[in-house]
Amino acid sequence: MIEAKGICKSFGDRKVLDGIDLDIGTGKIFGLLGPSGSGKTTLIKIVTGQLEFDKGSICILGKDVGALTGKDRKRIGIMMDEHGVYERLSCADNLKIFADIYGVPYSKVMPALEQVGLADSARKPAMKLSKGMRARLRLARVFMIEPEILFLDEPTSGLDPMTMRYIHKLILAQKERGCSVFLTTHNMEEAAALCDEVALLNEGRIIDRGAPSEICRKYNHKKRIVIHLKSGGDVELAHGKESALRIAELIEQGDVETIHSSEPTLETVFIELTGRKLDDSDEEVKYA
Amino acid sequence: MRNIGVIFKKQLKDTFKNKTVLIQFLMFPVMTLIMDNLVSIPILDMPENFFVKLFSVMYIGMAPLMSVGSIIAEEKEKNTLRVLTMANVKPWEYLLGVGLYVWTLCMIGAGVMATGLPKEQIPFFMGIMAVGFLISIAAGACVGVFAQNQMAATSIVMPVMLVLSFAPMLSMFNDKIEKVSRVFFTQQLRVLMDTMTFDGIKSETLAVVGINAVIAILLFFVAFKRKGLE
Repeated sequence: MIEAKGICKSFGDRKVLDGIDLDIGTGKIFGLLGPSGSGKTTLIKIVTGQLEFDKGSICILGKDVGALTGKDRKRIGIMMDEHGVYERLSCADNLKIFADIYGVPYSKVMPALEQVGLADSARKPAMKLSKGMRARLRLARVFMIEPEILFLDEPTSGLDPMTMRYIHKLILAQKERGCSVFLTTHNMEEAAALCDEVALLNEGRIIDRGAPSEICRKYNHKKRIVIHLKSGGDVELAHGKESALRIAELIEQGDVETIHSSEPTLETVFIELTGRKLDDSDEEVKYA
Repeated sequence: MRNIGVIFKKQLKDTFKNKTVLIQFLMFPVMTLIMDNLVSIPILDMPENFFVKLFSVMYIGMAPLMSVGSIIAEEKEKNTLRVLTMANVKPWEYLLGVGLYVWTLCMIGAGVMATGLPKEQIPFFMGIMAVGFLISIAAGACVGVFAQNQMAATSIVMPVMLVLSFAPMLSMFNDKIEKVSRVFFTQQLRVLMDTMTFDGIKSETLAVVGINAVIAILLFFVAFKRKGLE
C-alpha cells in the first residue's frame, strides 16, 4: 500500500528527514512515534504529496506519489492535526461538502456521524462542538469516504482519555474494514494499543521499528521481577529459573501483594535510544 | 467543474450564517431601495436616480472586495482551504467558485438596485455593474491570497475600499478630488452611469477601466505566485 525508500528532506541547512524507509501493508496500522519536532508531520505531508522531498522514492497505491491522479487521491483519507472545520455550518453540512467533492451520496453522511457518535449533533454548528467532538467530526469527514489508506496526524492530541479510547475504537474499526492506517503520535500507549508496527523517529531518522511488543522485548535488558510484599517492601529477583522457588515460597507464605516483570515500555525504549522523552513538550516546533 | 459548483454551494450555505459577509451583499441594495423609493428627500437639482448611481459605485468598490478577501483569508486562517486542496480541489477551482459566487450575489443585488431605473437603462447598468464587480473581485482575491488571516485582510482591504468607494462620491463635490479619482475604475464607471448609454463611452474611460483590470489581475497573479493558497 505504502512504500518509501530513502526519503530525505531539508529545510535550509537543517536536515529534517534522513533516509526514511517505509513499507506498510494492506489492513495494517503503522505508527510513527516521535517527540514534537522529530519530523512526523513533515513525513506525513511528504507521503501524502503535500510537500516536495529532496531524495528518495514513494510508492502509494502502486503508483509514484507524484503520479497520483485525482481519482487515486479520492481513495486516500487524510486527517491532519491542524485541519479545520467550517465553524458556522452544521456537522451534517460540513460532511455534505466533502460528500459532494468525493462523489459520495448524502445517505452516507448520517451513518458517518453515527459512527463517531455525533448523530445527535448533526444540526449543531461546528463552532458549538467541544474539542473532542470536533476531532470526531474531522474523523467522520475521512471515514465517510471509506478510504483505502488513512493518514492520521496525532488524532487524539489534547483529548481526554475517554474520547481518546473512543477514537481508538473507531480507528480499529477502519482496520477491520481492510483500510491501511498511517498514524503519527507521541503517545506510546496509543501506539501500543493500535499499531501492528511502529517506527521510532528521532531527529529525522528511524532508530528502530517493529511490533510494539517485539520492540519492548528486544530492549528488555534488565529482565527482573519485582514482587511487592504485603508488608510494604519490594523484592527484586532475576527473571530466570533460579527465582522460581523464591517466588513460590513467597506466594505460599501469602506475602505477595503484586508481581511485576520489568519489560520496558515504548517510552522507556525511546528514552534509552535517544535520551529524549516522546512527549517532549519543550520542542513544539513543527517544520512544515 | 463539479468542484466549482461545490464551492459555490458551500459559500451560499455559509453566507446566510455569516453576518459580516451577508451585510456586504445586502447593505447597498437595501439602502438604495430605502432612499430611492421610501424616503422622499427634496434636494434641489438632484440628478435623476442619484442614489442608485451613488450606491452602485460604492457597492462595486466595497462588497466584492471585502467579501472575497475575507472569505479566502478566513479559509486560510481556519485551515479549511488546506482540507479542500487535499480533497483534490484545485486552487483555480476554489478561486473561480468563490469569485463566481460573489459575482452572482452582487449581480442579484445590482438587479435589486436597478428596479428604480427606467427599463431601457437596465441592461447598460447591469453591464457596468458586471464589469465593476469583476475587477473588484480580482482585487479582493489578490488581498485574500496575500493576507495570512482575516484581520490582515481587513487591514489591507479597508483603505483600498475607502478610496474606490468614496472617491467617486467626493469627486461630485470637489474638482481636485475628481481629477485624482479619474485613475480609478469606480470613478470611470460612475461617469458612465451619468450618461447611461453605450454612445457616451469615451476612450479614456475604457483605457482606465482596462488598466485597472489588468493591474488587479496582475497583482493577483503576483500574490498567487508568491503565496499560493497557503
